[in-house]
Amino acid sequence: MTNEIITSSAADLAARLAAGEISSVEVTQAHLDRTSAVDGAVHSYLHVDFDGALATAREIDTRRAAGEQLHPLAGVPIAVKDVMTTKGLPTTCGSRILQGWIPPYDSTVVAHLKAAGMPILGKTNMDEFAMGSSTEHSAYGPSHNPWDLERIPGGSGGGSSSVLASFQAPLATGTDTGGSIRQPAAVTGTVGTKPTYGGVSRYGLVALASSLDQAGPCARTVLDTAMLHEVMAGYDPMDSTSIDEPVPAIVEAARRADVTGLRIGIVKELTGEGFQAGVQQRFDESVQHLVDAGAEIVEVSCPSFTYALATYYLILPSEASSNLAKFDAMRYGLRVPPEDIDDPSAEQVMAATRDAGFGDEVKRRIILGTYALSSGYYDAYYGSAQKVRRLISDEFTAAFEKANVLVSPTAPTTAFKLGDKLDDPMAMYLNDIATIPANLAGIPGMSLPSGLAPEDGLPVGFQILAPAMQDQRLYAVGAALEARLLHAWGAPLLASAPDLTAVAKGTSR
Amino acid sequence: MTQATTDATLSYDEALAAYDPVMGLEVHVELGTKTKMFCGCATTFGAEPNSQVCPVCLGLPGALPVVNEKGVEGAIRIGLALNCEIAQWCRFARKNYFYPDMPKNFQTSQYDEPISYDGWLDVELEDGTVYRVEIERAHMEEDTGKSLHVGGSTGRIHGATHSLVDYNRAGIPLIEIVTKPMVGAGERAPEIARAYVATLRDLIKALGVSDVKMEQGSMRCDVNLSLMPKGSNTFGTRSETKNVNSLRSVERAVRYEIQRHAAVLQSGGAVTQETRHWHEDTGITTAGREKSDAEDYRYFPEPDLVPIAPSRESVEALRATLPEPPAARRKRLQSAWGYSDLEMRDVVNAGLVELIDETVTAGASPAGARKWWSGEIARRANGEGTDVPSYAAQLGVTPAHVVELESLVTAGRLNDSMARQVWEGVLGGEGAPTAVADARGLELVQDTGALDAAVEQVIAANADVAQKVRDGKVQAAGALIGQVMKEMKGQADAAAVRELILAKLT
Repeated sequence: MTNEIITSSAADLAARLAAGEISSVEVTQAHLDRTSAVDGAVHSYLHVDFDGALATAREIDTRRAAGEQLHPLAGVPIAVKDVMTTKGLPTTCGSRILQGWIPPYDSTVVAHLKAAGMPILGKTNMDEFAMGSSTEHSAYGPSHNPWDLERIPGGSGGGSSSVLASFQAPLATGTDTGGSIRQPAAVTGTVGTKPTYGGVSRYGLVALASSLDQAGPCARTVLDTAMLHEVMAGYDPMDSTSIDEPVPAIVEAARRADVTGLRIGIVKELTGEGFQAGVQQRFDESVQHLVDAGAEIVEVSCPSFTYALATYYLILPSEASSNLAKFDAMRYGLRVPPEDIDDPSAEQVMAATRDAGFGDEVKRRIILGTYALSSGYYDAYYGSAQKVRRLISDEFTAAFEKANVLVSPTAPTTAFKLGDKLDDPMAMYLNDIATIPANLAGIPGMSLPSGLAPEDGLPVGFQILAPAMQDQRLYAVGAALEARLLHAWGAPLLASAPDLTAVAKGTSR
Repeated sequence: MTQATTDATLSYDEALAAYDPVMGLEVHVELGTKTKMFCGCATTFGAEPNSQVCPVCLGLPGALPVVNEKGVEGAIRIGLALNCEIAQWCRFARKNYFYPDMPKNFQTSQYDEPISYDGWLDVELEDGTVYRVEIERAHMEEDTGKSLHVGGSTGRIHGATHSLVDYNRAGIPLIEIVTKPMVGAGERAPEIARAYVATLRDLIKALGVSDVKMEQGSMRCDVNLSLMPKGSNTFGTRSETKNVNSLRSVERAVRYEIQRHAAVLQSGGAVTQETRHWHEDTGITTAGREKSDAEDYRYFPEPDLVPIAPSRESVEALRATLPEPPAARRKRLQSAWGYSDLEMRDVVNAGLVELIDETVTAGASPAGARKWWSGEIARRANGEGTDVPSYAAQLGVTPAHVVELESLVTAGRLNDSMARQVWEGVLGGEGAPTAVADARGLELVQDTGALDAAVEQVIAANADVAQKVRDGKVQAAGALIGQVMKEMKGQADAAAVRELILAKLT
């Protein structure tokens, strides 16, 4: 029974909850039990809210029993990335500096989840302040890839991807600044969408880079992702950059899964050289599936994408250096008095706290950003980066005149081993080469599994990109591809993942 | 704490003989919006510390700013009143530096894209000379919190054992108005600085966008000053004297800094570029933070806010709401009321322009309005340590009361001394003038029989004086009039009495 609940899709659970065949308490308890069994090995969570999740589940069951009309996802539990504020629940962003901080308010996304009646299971692990592609930069230790516990689950949202791939939750939230939803989805065989910038409120998301950050849904199926996307999205007057337009019809697009006559553009610069052979092979097969489903293929070129990584690593650290200035020990979070100083000044306490509270990757980016914004360097670095960003945006616009959506592999490789790239920041950064352009241009993107790479048997991600506010196209293409792949595989990809309960017993921490 | 050593100064005349001052004034005005610039928190002055705060103005992780439209409107109206261009498109920028009373450790401000720029303000000095102050920019920003340093002797951070921070002020909208360098002011620089701040204060008050109370910090002034040797066109190194928060202090600070700079330069030294603290009590400045060109706020466009692009229509609509500039209005009213320059200055200084205008509009004569509002009530207000408008509001005394009082005199019911008694009754809370007159039984006697009898009696009792009048010494009638008025207990019309006496004796 339990196993059958935790491997169900959110859509199935929702239907059975609505039909009264199962209770939210049963569903929630099943997932919490799974967490007790496997999270010692996977380490998806930084905090599990056993009591709170069950209390919400009980409340939903009571309301449903009373005949109340509930949201379609009411009673379906969810895991929340630790970058989103949750009133009364710890929010650390994977950083030592926010250890012990209990936010007094809910992020808009979390408020939406609560309004829908979704029990919040806990807060998922992440690279510190979402800086990383592996969760190895979490101050609380890395999460592990359920396909191979020696490997990374992607980052920064590796807690959310692994929580799904290890069946500890049917749904999870993520944030994507340069690929933090899509790359973890790719390496764990799950699905994730970065919506159009402004499509989901950023209020209550602890900012990494304000102009790039976007919250989005993570799940195991395209339809589940669409359903969660719909809950999270919508105009929010608390976020000035939020788009005041209706949410695109994404769930409907996922259900119709129609790509007939759709022009699909393959971005020349995001395939071929630098991409692992098995990644390229699964990508090519998926493209063929879409052709079989009635789509048309065109090739497009976006030469400025070559500079996307460099551009990103000027804009992101610049904004981050300013966004992270607030962590100064004055009002909340960690406070570390400097050693060897009697009666320290506020500035000395700030410096000592930031030294002790931030990890190396965070310090690296704060230093980079502070430098890039300095007078005398601003034009050459931040200024130039903004110009290239504009070029990239323009090239997307031109590409979308030729194609309705663009596609590429999500990441150049399958999951690498924990520790492999920790000492080589450039190698780590290169993992996001295919996902970063969408953040620079503010357009939506999705990653879904396209199979296992033959050489290592690890999941490969397929990325779909669409013009701004055309998020529904991602779901039409994603659902069409998913259906054909599922037919070809005969079972969901994750059915072939290792049995964690056996592994977990051996490696329990 | 040990006070920094007092700097040497040169006499003002010597300083001005050798150098020309160059001034720049930066005035911060807190807008009187109901809510803060980027969140919905209240802005009430003097509230319990940290009672008007939320995740946004506390800079909690994840919180985001949203622009207060009323704040932008106020900024544009100030820009228009200062004859500025209003930007077609502008952005906020982050000014990055660490300070405990600044919750995000950056101030949301504007940098190279201010909402208003290139304006001017004409400033009239006491002798009528008009000096035009060029305005560089007026931009929007947010206020910081307030630090209270505890344990030191002076409230400054030096010597304090700890500090308390109140974030109620954090996020209150500020407009920073920056002048272009003011050259050619010469010895009148202190006077011009004061007049500029006073004119700006009146203008902004008339706009109704701020209460501009310097003593409460809703208007704050920084004075930048440098000297250049007479005949030179090259600006010297400037000092920035912060928080000069009264008109008198602005004047004194400019004067002091001229004398201090001159002493440094005269002795062959170089002026240090630094911020200076103004000491109200001693009238001097002391060195603060040294400011080098290396200080770097790492400004960049605020990514959490969308650009502001006020439509030309909305700007023109706001222009239409601008009140008449206070200086022009004063000129117009002075001429309409027929006041002398001195009378007008007294009225302005006493803050009576509005009350008199309302009173005249309600039907009183300008002379009557001035007389009643600047007499007894002013003396009493002064005694209470307040001004007439506030005092009148407190007592519930209105322009209608003055109109009524004056009409009682005009109608012949009261003479001047009776009217003064009635006014005292009104101020004493006895009611409206007619009611006071009724209650006190104050009314000129119209009964000619009683008056006639009194005149007869006084003439009889003062036969010698009466004879003098008969002999042609008309001025002697004054003594008889006084006697009759006394007999009538003051309730007679003195002119009528005089007429009656003269009729009987000549």
